[in-house]
Amino acid sequence: MSAISRRRVLRAAGFGSLAAAGAAVLAACGETQVVEKVVTQTVEVEKIVEKEVPVEKIVEKVVTKEVIVEVTPPAGPISGTILIDGSSTVGPISQAVAEEFQKQFGDVRVPVGISGTGGGFKKFCAEETDVSDASRFIKSSEQELCDENGIGYIELPVAIDGIAVVVNKQNDWIGDSITAEELKTMWAPEAEGQVMNWSDVRQGLPDQPLLLYGPGTDSGTYDYFTKAINGEEGASRGDFTPSEDDNVLVQGVSGDAGAVGFFGLAYYEQNAEILKALQIDGGDGPVFPTTENILTGKYSPLSRVIFIYVSTVAAERPEVQTFVEFYLKNAPNLVGQIGYVPMPAEMYDIALERFASRKTGTVTALEGVNASPNSVLEAWKAGA
Amino acid sequence: MSARATAAVPSPDVWRASQARRRWSGWLFYGLAVVSTMMGLVMLGALLFDIFTDGARQVDWHFLSNYPSRIADNAGLRSALLGSLWMLAFTAIIAFPLGVGAAIYLEEYAPDNWLTRFIQLNIANLAGVPSIVYGLLGLGLFVRWLALGRVVLAGSMTMALLILPLIIVASREAIRAVPDSLREGSYALGATRWQMVRQTVLPSAAGGILTGTILALARAIGETAPLITIGALTYVAFDPNGPLDIFTVLPIQIFNWVSLPQKEFHSLAAGGIVVLLVVLLTANSLAVYLRYRMQRRLQ
Repeated sequence: MSAISRRRVLRAAGFGSLAAAGAAVLAACGETQVVEKVVTQTVEVEKIVEKEVPVEKIVEKVVTKEVIVEVTPPAGPISGTILIDGSSTVGPISQAVAEEFQKQFGDVRVPVGISGTGGGFKKFCAEETDVSDASRFIKSSEQELCDENGIGYIELPVAIDGIAVVVNKQNDWIGDSITAEELKTMWAPEAEGQVMNWSDVRQGLPDQPLLLYGPGTDSGTYDYFTKAINGEEGASRGDFTPSEDDNVLVQGVSGDAGAVGFFGLAYYEQNAEILKALQIDGGDGPVFPTTENILTGKYSPLSRVIFIYVSTVAAERPEVQTFVEFYLKNAPNLVGQIGYVPMPAEMYDIALERFASRKTGTVTALEGVNASPNSVLEAWKAGA
Repeated sequence: MSARATAAVPSPDVWRASQARRRWSGWLFYGLAVVSTMMGLVMLGALLFDIFTDGARQVDWHFLSNYPSRIADNAGLRSALLGSLWMLAFTAIIAFPLGVGAAIYLEEYAPDNWLTRFIQLNIANLAGVPSIVYGLLGLGLFVRWLALGRVVLAGSMTMALLILPLIIVASREAIRAVPDSLREGSYALGATRWQMVRQTVLPSAAGGILTGTILALARAIGETAPLITIGALTYVAFDPNGPLDIFTVLPIQIFNWVSLPQKEFHSLAAGGIVVLLVVLLTANSLAVYLRYRMQRRLQ
C-alpha cells in the first residue's frame, strides 16, 4: 500500500505539484499520518538528488552575485534598448557588464556588437549606436564625422590591457626577455625579406628561421603595436602570418619552434602552458606582463588604456545613465574576471564624475595610442 | 577491305593480354571511384566524431534555454537559436512565393524571346554570386535605404535574395519534369492556363519544389558572412520577439565562442555546431520525406 502511494507521490512530484501529491496520498490510503510524513520526506530527498547541481556552479553564482554593485535608476523603472558596438578588445568587458545589468534590469536590452574600434566609431558618429567600445582614442577624422552629425561624446576609460609577446616553449635561445629595439628589428617595414633568422635579431642567437605571427591589420592591437614598436601606426613588414582570430596565432606560435607573435594578454593567460611570454625591456630593464607591472606602467611600451565613448544624445535617456553608472561601478570587478587589468580605483571615480557632469571631448590630442597607461591616466586626471 | 579486317583481328594471345589489361584498368578505375567516395565519407565521419565527442555533452536543456554568458557554465544559445528560427521563418515567407512564382512564370507563361533568355541567364549567374555580396546589398538596400536597421526582417530579406536563385532553379527543374501529356489532358478538359497550372502542374511538381526550397533554407541557416555584414550582433541576451527586433544567429554565436581565449567556450562552440547540425539534418530529412510522400501520392 505504502509502496504504491509512494510511487504516486514521486510521479506527481515530478510534475512539480506537491499539493496534488498530498491529496493523492490522502485519497489513496487512509493510513496514519506518520507514514505520510515519511513518504513526503523521501520525496524531498529524491528531488534534491535528481537535480544534481554541481557545487562549483553554486559557488560561482554566489561569488558573482556578491561582487555586483547595484545601481538605482534616477527616476522610476527603466526600459529600452542600449546599442553598443566597437572594439573586439573592449567587447568582452561590455558583454560582461551588459549580462549583469540585464539580470538586474530585465526590461532593458543591451546587445553588444563587435566591428572593430574604427567600425564602431563609424556607426557611433552616424547615430546608429549609443555607446562605442574603443581600444584607442578617437581620431580627428572620426571626430569630424561626429561633429558633422552633431554627435557629442563623453570619453570614459574602463580598463588597462597589456599586449603579450610570445614565443614557442622550445625556444630556449632567446632567454627570458627581449628589448623593444629587438622587436623593432623584427617587425619594422625594412625587415621584410631581410631579417629572416633569429641570428639577425640578436648577435649570438642560432641560425633558426624566424616566423612571425600577429593580429590582422584591421585590429586595434595591430595599430597599437606598430605605433608603440615601429613608431608609426600601421607600419610593419608585410611578410608575417596575420589572423583576426587570436586562437589561430596561439596555435601558430605553439606549433613552430622558431615562431614569435603578439596578442592581448588574456589570450596568453589562457594558454600559458603551451606558450612562453617574454619580458619586455623598454629601456629600464626587462619586465614581465603581470597585472601589477601593467597597472604601475612598468610593462612598457606594450600596455594601453581602453575606453567606452557615450553619445551625449543617448546620455539623456535614463536607462543609458543607469547603465553607464553600472558599468563604471562594476568594471573593477568584472574586468579582472575576463583577463584585463582594472585601473586604480580613483580613476573610476573620476570617470563617474566626468559622466555626471557630461564633460565632452577627448582628454588628449593624441592621434592614437603611443603613450603608457600612466601618462594617459595622468593626462586624464588633469583633463577631467 | 578484307586486308583491313585480317589486320584488325589480333591473335588470341594478344587479345588475352589486352583483355587482362583492360580488366585491370577497369578494376583500377573502380578502386579509385570507391576511394574517392570513401574519402568524403571518412572526412565527414571524422569531423562528426570530433564535433560530437566534444560537443554532444554540452547540449542539454540548460544549454538551449540560457542566454550567452561570460561564465562558460552558465552560457547557452537561446537567443541565437530563436534568432535563427525567426530569420528562417521570414526568409521562407518571403522567398518561397517569389521563387515559385518566378519559376511558374518562366516555365509556363514566358514567351521564348531574348528577354526571357536574359532573365534566365542572370538567375543562373546570381546562384553563383558569393554570399558576402548579398550581405553588402542587404546593408545598402534594407538596413540603410529602407532604414529597417539591423533587424530580423533585414536579415531575412537579405537571405531571401541569397536563396531566391536556388529556389527558382530547383522549382523550374521540378515544373519542367511534369510531362506535357498532363498539361494537354487539362486543356482537353477545358481548363484555363491558370487552372492547368494550379491543379495539374503544381501538385505534380510540389515534391521537387519543396525539396529545393528546404535545401535552400538549410543553406540560409548556415550562412554567416552576409549577416555579419548587415550587422547581426554578437552578444544578445534577450529573445527577439518579432521581425523588427535586433538579433543574432547560431553561426555568429559559434564564431564568437570560437574566438574567445578560454577553452571551455571552444567546447560550447562544438555544442553549438551540434545544435546547428541537428537543425540542418532535420530540415534535410523533412525534404526527403516530403519528396517521398509527394511521389507516392502522384503514383
